[in-house]
Amino acid sequence: MIEEVLVTARHNAKIDPSLGIWTWEISVYLFLGGMTAGIMLFAAWAMLSRKREVLAFAHDRFALWAPIALSLGMTTLFLDLEHKLYVWRFYTSFEPTSPMSWGAWILVLVYPVMILQTLSTLRRGYPTLAGWLDRIPVGGWVMDLSENWRRTIAFLAIPLAVGLGIYTGVLLSALSARPFWSSGALGPLFLVSGMSTAAVIPVMVSRLKGERHFFETTDIGLIFLEVVLVSIFLISLATGAAYHLEALDLVMGGPFTEAFWLWFVVPGLLVPMVLAFLGLRGYRAFGLLASVLVLYGGFMLRYLMVEIGQVSTWTDYAIQFDPQLLERLTQ
Amino acid sequence: MTTYAMVIDTITCIGCGDCVVACKTENNVPEGLNRDWVVEATSGEYPNLHTEFRSERCNHCSHATCVYACPTGASHYWKDTNIVLVAAEKCTGCKACIAACPYDARLIMRPEGYIDKCTFCHHRVDEGLDPACVASCPTHCMHFGMLDNPDSIVSRLLRERRHKALLPETGNEPNVYYLL
Repeated sequence: MIEEVLVTARHNAKIDPSLGIWTWEISVYLFLGGMTAGIMLFAAWAMLSRKREVLAFAHDRFALWAPIALSLGMTTLFLDLEHKLYVWRFYTSFEPTSPMSWGAWILVLVYPVMILQTLSTLRRGYPTLAGWLDRIPVGGWVMDLSENWRRTIAFLAIPLAVGLGIYTGVLLSALSARPFWSSGALGPLFLVSGMSTAAVIPVMVSRLKGERHFFETTDIGLIFLEVVLVSIFLISLATGAAYHLEALDLVMGGPFTEAFWLWFVVPGLLVPMVLAFLGLRGYRAFGLLASVLVLYGGFMLRYLMVEIGQVSTWTDYAIQFDPQLLERLTQ
Repeated sequence: MTTYAMVIDTITCIGCGDCVVACKTENNVPEGLNRDWVVEATSGEYPNLHTEFRSERCNHCSHATCVYACPTGASHYWKDTNIVLVAAEKCTGCKACIAACPYDARLIMRPEGYIDKCTFCHHRVDEGLDPACVASCPTHCMHFGMLDNPDSIVSRLLRERRHKALLPETGNEPNVYYLL
């Protein structure tokens, strides 16, 4: 039985006919937040594994990319806030039931470690930049300090990066009112996707063939893991309640089917996995193209998740108030 | 926690929308936005159709997911009751509460950007008055009171009449009831 519903006197902006509160700003933030987590992890791992000869870029130069990526992401997050002057309110309380509050405080922990991680590699990776910093009295002291403690800093960076990467997914999955996000797979999926988007950076910019090869191989594994997690995500919806099945329909025959499969899964996961294989065989151009597509896929994952999740709802009216109906009446 | 509830009789509601107008007037709700609305739900198959009018708003849930999702504590319960309010001076406009509401009952309100919603007219409740929508209903199909008081009109109606709440399966424990 279909319930036909007409909602009178309601057409609230960004709420009706379907939720549209979060747009590209949040998608970009989730993308860059995940990438930051991946950068911190790989930079820390390169430091701890003492593979400077093989992984020169990851060891000495990669860490600086993290604060740049996260700061850009934080900027778009700030742009999304409707009440911008009150942004400081995030830091006047800690709300344990709110993933967004956890995220705000995780960032407070991530930032100093991320900066110290960068400073511990600056003299080797970016000597000109380090030279400028050395001219400031405190700058040289902080760099000395972070270099002396670089392994400890790298150890600290790993759990914080994992927390940051998972949090970007949990932020959505904790909102049970949006059935499409109601999956425990979102946290691991966003973490792995973030690592994948980070891994392609050395593939694109490293001068060492061995390092490129290492990250290409790693990325193939991460993309494969991402495909598995996307499958688990879809299965978790398929085995859920009626609301989850309705949410799943959005990408299995519903209005987002083409976008999800033809604009994300195929060009963002499957094609780059094949191209990365070809890249490993020595076709550099394919490797580079795979890297670009991985970045595209990472963004599309966030963009579509944010879009589709907002459309999925518990209040599923067949017909909602449409202002165009009024226009027709007055014609 | 003191639990306030609203009970709306779908048999005597005629869907006139006076509750919507009363709310907009009482709370100075800007043009184009609404804190409450009327749903006209038709079910069945032609010619056996049944239409139900429902005046809907925030359900002031006892387990309000919007309050749990708020990162700054701006969404809060008023004076140890179930009435959910938003403190404008704490709201960052992050919109997590909007996404967290399974009833889509919140709205972006003021041009300044903070979130606003139905307050059960707590300023009137504080003075012992009914919310504006209830007070203005021409068919007296809307009722308001304390669920904790067994002699209140809402407790009595829920005891005596068949009723439902919207989407109780969310686990939010909504406190707006509809008499059938």
